[in-house]
Amino acid sequence: MADQGGWIYSDTVKDHFMNPRNILRDEKGFKYDGKGKTGNIKCGDEMIVFISVDKEKNQIKDCKWQTYGCASAIASTSAMSEMVKGMDLDVAYKVSPKDIVKELGGLPDSKIHCSVLGDKALRMAIDSYYTQNGMAEKVTTKEALIICECMEVTDHEIEEAVLEGARSFYELQEITKISTGCGECRQDATMLLQEYTNKHFGECSI
Amino acid sequence: MQQRTVYLDNNATTPLHPEVIKTLTEAMENYGNPSSLHQYGRHSRTEIEKARERIAHFIGAEPEEIIFVGSGSEANNTVLSSLTCQPVGHCEVGCQSSASIVTTNIEHPCILESAKCLKDRGMTVDFVKVDRDGKVDLEEYRSMLTPNTGLVSIMMANNETGTIQDIKLLARIAHENGSLFHTDSVQAVGKIPVNVKELDVDFLSLSAHKIYGPKGIGVLYVKKGVAFCPLIRGGHQEGGRRAGTENTTGIIGLGKAIEMRELEMASEAKHLLELKQLLKEGFSANIPDIEFVGHQEDCLPGTLNVSFSGAEGESILLYLDLEGIFVSTGSACASGSLDPSHVLLAMGLEAESAHGSIRISMGRDTTREDVEYVIEKMENVISRIRSMSTVYHGRN
Repeated sequence: MADQGGWIYSDTVKDHFMNPRNILRDEKGFKYDGKGKTGNIKCGDEMIVFISVDKEKNQIKDCKWQTYGCASAIASTSAMSEMVKGMDLDVAYKVSPKDIVKELGGLPDSKIHCSVLGDKALRMAIDSYYTQNGMAEKVTTKEALIICECMEVTDHEIEEAVLEGARSFYELQEITKISTGCGECRQDATMLLQEYTNKHFGECSI
Repeated sequence: MQQRTVYLDNNATTPLHPEVIKTLTEAMENYGNPSSLHQYGRHSRTEIEKARERIAHFIGAEPEEIIFVGSGSEANNTVLSSLTCQPVGHCEVGCQSSASIVTTNIEHPCILESAKCLKDRGMTVDFVKVDRDGKVDLEEYRSMLTPNTGLVSIMMANNETGTIQDIKLLARIAHENGSLFHTDSVQAVGKIPVNVKELDVDFLSLSAHKIYGPKGIGVLYVKKGVAFCPLIRGGHQEGGRRAGTENTTGIIGLGKAIEMRELEMASEAKHLLELKQLLKEGFSANIPDIEFVGHQEDCLPGTLNVSFSGAEGESILLYLDLEGIFVSTGSACASGSLDPSHVLLAMGLEAESAHGSIRISMGRDTTREDVEYVIEKMENVISRIRSMSTVYHGRN
């Protein structure tokens, strides 16, 4: 056939999919300081992120990963692992799906919600490093309640999203990817959205 | 160098048969409206009726039992929507308005969505479950039939797994209950022998583009004497049962496709079964932790559904795509929805197996070399995906 048709993903995504960087093939062969796991096989995506830390500089020395998931899940984890190498832990802690998508040169809308999970796994990896190195006070989501099992979104994150401007359920999903897996938490999430909107802004559009 | 391509998505659609292309090319010159009384019109009419006879003969029907429609989906929608017909006005058909429907939860979306729509309108719709092989649960099926069941609709062969139902038995059970029986045979007609008289069905749907014919043309078989209510009204075409100027070119193309099926179906089926065996042996020998999904005997000759543990379907599909191999998957990620295939879940597959499933559907162009190429590439693709997988890590 003359025309192969456009790939549904950007060239950067394609490149990371074809040549994923920093895969951890042998867990024993990599001395890591933090490990975080997120996602759920049932929902179709699961990833584990491993970091080694330069303790003097408080920087991520190396970042490796494993992913079960679609092309954009693989590509987004690969891209993130490149992004955060050499990054200050404080900065890495705030890497968002949006940052990863930007790095990838965009993703189809339907993919952003469900496949960009790397930032969560990274945060968990950093949390585990903090906890093991006497900096548990830096763990911000420790006592949070997980509302969405599939995407591991907590009530704290819903509140943060509301403070960032989320008012509708769709906007909440845009920011947190909540309820994009099995969907069972939708009702809980909607109630919390309402609760936090009322708490902070005394109004709710849903 | 041009990349080698292997098309293994024939259940989605098929390439046109070269003979069909020839016939279509000639038929496109033929623009007369078959309803016109002049020579051009009469010529189109003659060609349409020739095709109708050929198709009727192929499935054991009478020509007047064949209604040309725009697609398999239209055929299926027509059957289900005719149940909402009310016995009012000048419509002499409306006899099913109080009826309920029994269907299965592995049907094509055009049946499932239509059935759900009827449910929303207040009709009772029951979905029979299937077993792990994708076969209808007979006990539950029997228990769901009530005096109110106006229609049963069960697909003959499943598009995702290729599993074939015992339509003859299912239709007999429906008839014993006084219910009409429809079978969506879009994946079956032209691949396995189908005879409406022998199966004793009241309605049957088929489509041209699944059997090397053109897109945009299908057939609804309606048994003589069975109440039928049109979906598209406002014309005398097809005996008033489907309005709209006939798709003459498409009908002629379908007629030719059926003619070629008469000649090639049996030998092709034998060839495809051999190739499928090769695939299964090749995969089993080279790739651990796989599962062949669906009934392995009562199955379309060219369809193989296989699930790879620890590997996600969209990744498999896209890595194969880079190798020039074109398949489809039951994974959620590829479908744009959040759930994996409803068919595989209904069969009781775990979500992980459904996410990791690949459908290989071979056709008349598939060769032994193609199959060998696929076996070789699949092994690389799966081990590559598993090597980065959270699930499979350490197992290979």
